[in-house]
Amino acid sequence: MSALARLLLLVLLAFAGCQREERSFRADPVATESIEKVALVPLSPGPSGPVTDTSGKGKEYENNAYHLAQGKTLYKWMNCNGCHANGGGGSGPALIDDLWIYGGSIENIVQTIREGRPNGMPSFRGKIPDDQIWQIAGFVRSMSGNVPKDAAPGRDDALHPRPAENRTPEFPPVSGGAPPPR
Amino acid sequence: MSRFSLFLLPAIGFALAGCRGWQSALDAQGPQASELAWLFWIFTWVLGAIWLAVMIALAAALLRSPASRPDPLLVNPAQDRRYAAVVASLAVATGVVVLVLTGLSVVSQRNLFRVEEEAVTIRVTGRQWWWEIRYEEADASRSFTTANEIHLPVGKPVKIILNSADVIHSFWVPSLMGKQDLIKGQENDIRLVADRPGIYRGQCAEFCGLQHAHMGILAVAESQQDFERWRDAQIRPAEPPGDPERQKGQAAFLTQPCIMCHSVRGTPAGGKVAPDLTHVGSRKYLAAGTLPMSRGNLAAWIVDPHGIKPGVNMPTIKLQPDDLNAIASYLEGLK
Ligand code: HEC
Ligand code: HEC
Ligand SMILES: [Cu+2]
Repeated sequence: MSALARLLLLVLLAFAGCQREERSFRADPVATESIEKVALVPLSPGPSGPVTDTSGKGKEYENNAYHLAQGKTLYKWMNCNGCHANGGGGSGPALIDDLWIYGGSIENIVQTIREGRPNGMPSFRGKIPDDQIWQIAGFVRSMSGNVPKDAAPGRDDALHPRPAENRTPEFPPVSGGAPPPR
Repeated sequence: MSRFSLFLLPAIGFALAGCRGWQSALDAQGPQASELAWLFWIFTWVLGAIWLAVMIALAAALLRSPASRPDPLLVNPAQDRRYAAVVASLAVATGVVVLVLTGLSVVSQRNLFRVEEEAVTIRVTGRQWWWEIRYEEADASRSFTTANEIHLPVGKPVKIILNSADVIHSFWVPSLMGKQDLIKGQENDIRLVADRPGIYRGQCAEFCGLQHAHMGILAVAESQQDFERWRDAQIRPAEPPGDPERQKGQAAFLTQPCIMCHSVRGTPAGGKVAPDLTHVGSRKYLAAGTLPMSRGNLAAWIVDPHGIKPGVNMPTIKLQPDDLNAIASYLEGLK
């Protein structure tokens, strides 16, 4: 590769970073809730896996530092803290580990927040605007290191209860876990 | 008139016009602000006079005709001694001026932070990008929370406890007091007195993010009776709406995400992370001094907060058009 080509590649790489914090403040004012068909269990009848169909909107949120930082603020503001503590779990299951009862993809988490789950997770539909639900879901993924490190939040408004999200090792989602006994 | 003076005169006029008005450190409305204004003028006059004297001496030296300059090779002990005396006394004078000005600022600083028994205690918490305000009383039932507007009784010392919920902000109502930072995890106290009734504007004075420029605060100084009347009204929970439109507005408000962030005392809305709306209609401005309070502006804010303060921590929420009007009318009526 010639020096010029290398330089060009380097410049392009630098520009790729620009997307990281592109801020879109205003959600589409007319869009309705996107349709996310997710599977809550990895089981399916027959040889192929369960059929899912997602809008693909998740990437926009997971890879964007602004959305993740907003999600971090909203996680406290919307009192997810109250039941899940700082992610370590309380009356709700831990969110920083790799075990997911209802699936750990951003779409699964969005559906969990929208719909609620039977063993004590409230439905936040109509309580949190959909755009903000996506931001929170992105942040929840960052707590187990499942978002790009350069986009994950690096600071906290209060003392850090654990290493910042951008220093959290990656724990890819695994099906399992159980709600804490009541 | 020359081109230059044509330009200069209005410029001076504008600069001086800036010294009056509802947000000016030179338009002091209380002892603390007067102390600062006094210090400012002393420094300006003394240093201005010295600057002028130096400039005149320099001009005189430059303009002296070459003939009158002494021959540099000539040794004249008497004259050298005179020069040495002049230089030495000017050096001493410089030291004296510096010492005196230092002394004056130390004394001012002490006056500024003198502790007087306070009549009112206000806790101000900076948030991106508005001010949470809590009047604290020993009797907890007389404590209450509001936002972006403080009221103070004229002539009474007021203690303001400053704190932040996120980044560093700075509380600055120039007509009443100098700047003081609001820092998370630390309480800074200031005390101030307003000498005359009036409305004074303040502004966050520490860059705190996107909407720092739209983080204003209003200080309303009023007579003791007016203050008590205002405080009694603020302590009361919101009155239930009477007319059908406002009832509809309340019902819509309570079923929207609004209640996750905002409180309206007397209703189930109990959010604690956004301005308390119990008496929002009684405030003079919306969104930290950004828009004058009116039903139209309320509706404009609710339908598109990011059009008015891009990046603000209030989301765009989809509402039915008639719900929007009803909510605006409900909030406007929360006096
Ligand atoms: C009232 C308590 C409560 C609140 C508030 C709450 N949760 Fe939960 N959450 C739970 C419980 C209990 C479960 C387990 C539900 C189950 O197993 O059916 C749960 C489950 C979840 C799950 C699924 C975990 C898994 O392993 O699949 C996610 C994700 C989650 N909550 C996120 C959130 C977020 C984000 C918020 C804030 C918007 C929130 N929760 C607020 C109690 C709560
Ligand atoms: C995610 C939290 C959140 C939600 C949900 C929310 N707001 Fe707000 N709201 C805020 C914040 C934060 C501010 C302060 C903005 C600023 O000035 O920087 C605010 C400001 C306001 C103000 C101006 C208050 C003042 O004293 O200046 C009004 C009125 C208001 N919101 C009404 C509403 C209504 C009506 C709804 C529901 C449709 C709503 N808000 C939903 C966070 C929220
Ligand atoms: Cu600021």
